[in-house]
Amino acid sequence: MANWIEACAADNIEEEDVIRFDHGGRVFAIYRSPEDEYFATEGLCTHEHICLADGLVMDEIIECPKHNGRFNYKTGEAKGAPACINLKTYPVKVEDGAVFVAV
Amino acid sequence: MSERFVIVGAGECGARAALALREQGFAGAVTLIGAETYLPYERPPLSKQAMAGLETPLPKTIASTERLTEADISFCGGTWVTAIDRPNKRLVLSGEETLGYDRLLLATGCVPRRLPVPGADAASIAYLRTYDDALAIRSRIEGGAHVAIIGGGFIGLELASSARRRGAEVTLIEALPRLLTRGVPESLARRVEDEHRTHGVRMMFGDGIAELRCDAAGTQVVLTSGNEIAADLIVVGIGAVPVTGPAEAAGLVVENGIAVDEMLRTSDPDIFAAGDCCSYPLPIYGGRRVRLESWRNAQDQGNLVARNMMGTNEAIASVPWFWSDQYELTLQITGLVDEGHETVTRALGDGATIHFHLATDGRLVAASGIGPGNAVAKDIRLAEMLIGRGARPDPTALGDAGVRLKGLLAA
Ligand SMILES: Cc1cc2nc3c(=O)[nH]c(=O)nc-3n(C[C@H](O)[C@H](O)[C@H](O)COP(=O)(O)OP(=O)(O)OC[C@H]3O[C@@H](n4cnc5c(N)ncnc54)[C@H](O)[C@@H]3O)c2cc1C
Repeated sequence: MANWIEACAADNIEEEDVIRFDHGGRVFAIYRSPEDEYFATEGLCTHEHICLADGLVMDEIIECPKHNGRFNYKTGEAKGAPACINLKTYPVKVEDGAVFVAV
Repeated sequence: MSERFVIVGAGECGARAALALREQGFAGAVTLIGAETYLPYERPPLSKQAMAGLETPLPKTIASTERLTEADISFCGGTWVTAIDRPNKRLVLSGEETLGYDRLLLATGCVPRRLPVPGADAASIAYLRTYDDALAIRSRIEGGAHVAIIGGGFIGLELASSARRRGAEVTLIEALPRLLTRGVPESLARRVEDEHRTHGVRMMFGDGIAELRCDAAGTQVVLTSGNEIAADLIVVGIGAVPVTGPAEAAGLVVENGIAVDEMLRTSDPDIFAAGDCCSYPLPIYGGRRVRLESWRNAQDQGNLVARNMMGTNEAIASVPWFWSDQYELTLQITGLVDEGHETVTRALGDGATIHFHLATDGRLVAASGIGPGNAVAKDIRLAEMLIGRGARPDPTALGDAGVRLKGLLAA
């Protein structure tokens, strides 16, 4: 059963950007793509547990702010050293101007 | 017979190059030789988490035994390369054995610069480069100890921050009038200085070291002014020197590090050098020769040199980038600050600041920032891309935190 949690207002995230969302002691990262779609992944880099929401989003890639580990935030796929473990992704839906994540 | 590629130095750069050779599909033999007995590990934590944490740290491994096996990389730890026999294309190893190569990579890194004063080579004087160095220092900074750190560069400052976290008293001695004199703008260095003062580090500027003394009375730093500072531990952090011995003895050109061209080739077409040990020309600064001591540079060059050893002939395109963590602050610098002529400052709020350094022709040549956590990371990364493109961004826009840097990238 999906447990949908309201994370933020859709316009809280700028286009091609990311914000941090904390829930139940866990950190998530919520993205808005250049095509205006929303995505969510676990919020800490799999390399050194750095908060990804401080990183740069370019197209479908999020870059860790510390060591430039790169991930595709749509699929969670790690795109090369130093990041070699994929990010978990979570389903997202937008309803009435709010973003919901299935945690 | 299949081609044999040998890598000397199993640090960040050598290990990355070995893995990259396989990622790029190299089918020959790959041998990775390292003087240290550990599996390849990361150095940045040694002055940070590993030093500040309560538990004895394990080395943060770059490539596990399984990963090395899976990639079919022969790893020879605890082995020194003592000579390079270029005419016969063979290496001489510490155990008198020899090993043939078709192509060779020198990724021998740096060693700490020794302080040229009496007493500086005593066994009790600490220097920080390796995991073993870090363990030795760590065991001596527990609560209440007084640590004297010589040198106000990154290693000394990160160590000061970690030692304060562990409850040690810290005195930091810098010969020049301020901290971080190489490649860091003065205002950032002042900010770092304030932070260390706030955290109770005692700082002494403008006084040289005459002697380090270890006797029955304990350990003392004797300053040129005649002042003496008694300490339980003295750590010297006055920079690092590239390891060039075997390269030099083999007749390769050495110029502030093993000299390579923009494809990381030494003066011998079958020998490459990369990472902290090499100096190379940076195309984006008109071919200015630099030697960087930076984790990401070691990674980038490891990846690039692997491709070039396989014959790609690709020139260096990456922009210098460096970070340092002290207390809750992170500093990030991209580009070469001393290429700048004019500085524009952007205040990001929360005490985070970025300086943009512009050349006389308006090109962005560097950006330096400091702030809590990773507050400056995004903008420094965008600045790095602007620098890489040779962009001449509008200074007013750079100084205005309301203007998104990403927008300037599109311009
Ligand atoms: C304490 C510390 C903190 C740091 N923090 C940061 C930071 O915050 N940010 C940052 O950007 N950079 C940082 N750095 C710098 C970064 O770690 C280096 O730039 C990086 O390690 C360089 O990699 P390298 O492979 O070129 O050299 P190294 O990592 O030094 O590896 C070289 C290896 O070669 C071996 N070797 C040398 N000669 C021989 C020989 N003849 N035979 C066999 N083996 C040999 C050495 O034993 C060594 O293991 C830090 C460095 C230190 C020491």
